[in-house]
Amino acid sequence: MSSITNIGQRLYRGEVSYDFVGRWKRWYIFSAIILLVAVASLAFRGLNLGIEFRGGADFAIPNATCSVSEAREVAEAETGGQTIVTVASSGTMRVQTIPLTSAESIELSESLGGVCGVAASEITVQVVGPTWGAEISSKALQGLVIFLVLVTIFLSIYFEWRMAIGALVALAHDLVITVGIYALFGLEVTPATAIGVLTILAYSLYDTVVVYDKVKENTRGIAGQSVMTYDEAANLAVNQTVVRSINTSLTSLLPVLAIIIVGAGLLGAGTLLDLAVALAVGMAAGTYSSIFIATPVLAQLKRQQPEMKALAARVQARRKQAAKATTTGQDSAGDSAGDGAGDNAAQGAGAAAGSTTTASPASPEELRELARVQSGERHQPKRKSRRKRR
Amino acid sequence: MAPPATSKPGRSLIALIVLLIGGVVWAFWPGTDSSVRLGLDLQGGTQVILVPQPVVEGTEITDEQLAQTVEIIRARVDGLGVAEAEVTTQGSGNSAAIVVSVPGLGQDRVVELVQRTALLNFRPVWNVLSPFPIDPADADAAEGDAAEGDAAEGDAAEGDAAETEESADESASDGGTQSAEIVQAPDYSPEFQAEVDALDCLDPVNLAGGTPDDPTEWLGACDQSGGQKYVMEPAFIEGVSVTDANAQLTQQGIGWVVTLEFDSEGAGALAEASTELSALPECGSGATPCNAFAIVLDGVVVSAPRFNEPILGGQAQIEGDFNVEEARDLANVLKYGALPVTLDVVDITSVSATVGGDQLRAGIIAGLIGLALVSIYLLLYYRVLGLVAVMSLAVAGGLLYLFVVIFSKTIGLTLTLAGVAGAIVAVGITADSFIVYFERMRDELRDGRSLRQACDSGWVRARRTLLAADFVTLLAAVVLYFLSIGSVRGFAFILGLTTVIDLIIAFWFTHPVVVLMGRRKFMQGGSKWSGLDPERLGGHSALDTLAGQSRRKRRDDYQNSTADDAAGDTADDTAGDTTEVRS
Repeated sequence: MSSITNIGQRLYRGEVSYDFVGRWKRWYIFSAIILLVAVASLAFRGLNLGIEFRGGADFAIPNATCSVSEAREVAEAETGGQTIVTVASSGTMRVQTIPLTSAESIELSESLGGVCGVAASEITVQVVGPTWGAEISSKALQGLVIFLVLVTIFLSIYFEWRMAIGALVALAHDLVITVGIYALFGLEVTPATAIGVLTILAYSLYDTVVVYDKVKENTRGIAGQSVMTYDEAANLAVNQTVVRSINTSLTSLLPVLAIIIVGAGLLGAGTLLDLAVALAVGMAAGTYSSIFIATPVLAQLKRQQPEMKALAARVQARRKQAAKATTTGQDSAGDSAGDGAGDNAAQGAGAAAGSTTTASPASPEELRELARVQSGERHQPKRKSRRKRR
Repeated sequence: MAPPATSKPGRSLIALIVLLIGGVVWAFWPGTDSSVRLGLDLQGGTQVILVPQPVVEGTEITDEQLAQTVEIIRARVDGLGVAEAEVTTQGSGNSAAIVVSVPGLGQDRVVELVQRTALLNFRPVWNVLSPFPIDPADADAAEGDAAEGDAAEGDAAEGDAAETEESADESASDGGTQSAEIVQAPDYSPEFQAEVDALDCLDPVNLAGGTPDDPTEWLGACDQSGGQKYVMEPAFIEGVSVTDANAQLTQQGIGWVVTLEFDSEGAGALAEASTELSALPECGSGATPCNAFAIVLDGVVVSAPRFNEPILGGQAQIEGDFNVEEARDLANVLKYGALPVTLDVVDITSVSATVGGDQLRAGIIAGLIGLALVSIYLLLYYRVLGLVAVMSLAVAGGLLYLFVVIFSKTIGLTLTLAGVAGAIVAVGITADSFIVYFERMRDELRDGRSLRQACDSGWVRARRTLLAADFVTLLAAVVLYFLSIGSVRGFAFILGLTTVIDLIIAFWFTHPVVVLMGRRKFMQGGSKWSGLDPERLGGHSALDTLAGQSRRKRRDDYQNSTADDAAGDTADDTAGDTTEVRS
């Protein structure tokens, strides 16, 4: 545990820094492969729609003593239609038939109960018209679109439109992967899946907002200095929040995993399990995309901005000068922007620079300057106000 | 920059405690129902989801119609005598859905009752026949044998509908839509009669209704008990003309009657028809036409009283051998028979009580395991701060339970499985608030702030992040709640609720507690167990790599600022002077 803590500390100072933004090609290729698999699965395998979307009747028979073929025989004889029978690990047998009326479904549950040695009242029956699932999903889709419009407006105001785009790209990434996993493994899509997907939507955005908030903080007034490029500041933000991201995804995933284990062990297939599977996949994807996709996309969008282009040129020029001026010691400076400790580099950054390896060097002095630009205002008044209080 | 975060953390805590106590007292006031209402998927029962369709195609369903429909369905379900039956609407207009939930397994009765969307018509009876299907050749012979015209037949026979084998075979062939067979023709003719003769009123499908009849044509249909078969003329009054119907005790106090009131149009038609019909011979004697009129609901004769005399005032009374229930059922059908919309049954779910209980138990177990795992992780990682986080989670859990009870009481919130899942997911999102805050605090400490400063300045920055991130979640919850139907809605509600609770806890509990703890020597001393000790934050390996000077400097800074801070604390301000110089 303490080694994790140390890493947290070193990440914060930039002693250990990973170039999340600079190595965007790697992440994009990785994501592209996964997305390709997801889209291919969707295209070739399609989704395994639950009866809510197909219409039909579903009978869940706990502790069934009959064989699959016996149950199928009974059901097919009574309904005259195709019947799917599956047995879950918990011993619950599921019989899915063509659409039935309520009277027919009662009758069939009685016959099934008779064959399988279970009281009819113990059997869970669901009868769904073929339009219901479409209704739920069209509603959910409508909600989704409205939500996306609203959230884009919100992000554009709170951050800026580039961040809204970055967040939406990350979101789309997570949703496609989740849906793709469903297609790939043939998991049944139920209304609970829709709920899961919608949660991922909220979770993915939540995660991205937390990272972006740090980016926003690190890049405040960045155009007014020449120490750090936007890419570097953004990358530092990702590094600084990576411990949080790991902790958060663990605390979010632990309860979901508990649902999966308890759900699979005690219930067999059911709403909880459906939901949990979607959530587990989506949360993992959400954490990944907030780090590896959202910020690089944002950085690339920002790179197009004239101010940022100018900034990058200034930083470049300054570094060249610095490299000429100093001879040694700087050669191994700061793996990317991680170096910085962003704002407030006052105590730490100078020390940190010694141990870093080059990518985008920024000397301690420079970082102090940056820190002054960004947080100078904050430090001083604070002290003053404290003095007043005394 | 930002306002001083919390100078008086005690206040927020006291506010929260007052709020909690108030809530608890209100929610658990003795004598009131303070249980959490469980959805059917958790306690077992039958749920029917209906989608209303406008009677006239292409028109929009008004809120009024929707409310009226719910009222009618509720009246019908309540008529079943089931406790805690629930009828709710979700959404509005043509995309609305009506959800009927009844605890226990009364699937057949519930479905049939609510499904009666029912076009109600009053028709003069032409003839009453025996319920058996008759080969056209024997038609004449059989006609005389028609069963006694037991006029006011109000027997509700829904329960029997599912018993026989034939029904399943019959409707499996037509894709699952089960509706009564009726015979209609524009005029009375031998062919029409022959078809009616062939109608099998022993087939339960034909007694279940569901086939709206054309009021302008002749009709051959079954009595809902399967006891008779009726041949009827075109309708003289349509159901919409009924303004009121009630079950009443007879004046003698023995037995029940159903009183009926018609609007002016209906009253006129009734006067005319009753004058004409009451002069006719008794039904069942073989004479055609005869003196009864049939109340036809969706292709099934609900009742066929005879006219004893002309009814001129627009007020009628149906007498018969009713018991209370039969009278009420008939009155309900008359009053509410003609729904302003037609209803499609889109989903019927019936969950056994055992499975419902299992789901609830699994949900609770999963929640507890999840909570335990998260707690262990937080404690290991954040030590004493982790303890604050675990306490916060516990308070959040308590608050959630309290809110669910309060909303059960006030707006009839039911906790469904989707809601339980939402709550379990919320554990992670709630824990994230603490993580964001703690990480910010640690960042501040790493920057050399004192613990007390870090508690506040870390909070100011974490707060902004939390508000922005929670706003997004809340936005999702609100949009989903208002736009979705079915289980998604229950989930959205809990998601929104937990987000609000998350904010309450972070602002009024976690932060004040952390600030209060930050004033303790134990935390300020950077104990190994505080989760904030300089060694852990700075890390050996990190320190080792630092140049000697800056290493000393950093340590000095840390200690000075800590001392500085202790001094700055007005509560135990004793050694202030020495550090005053520095700042």
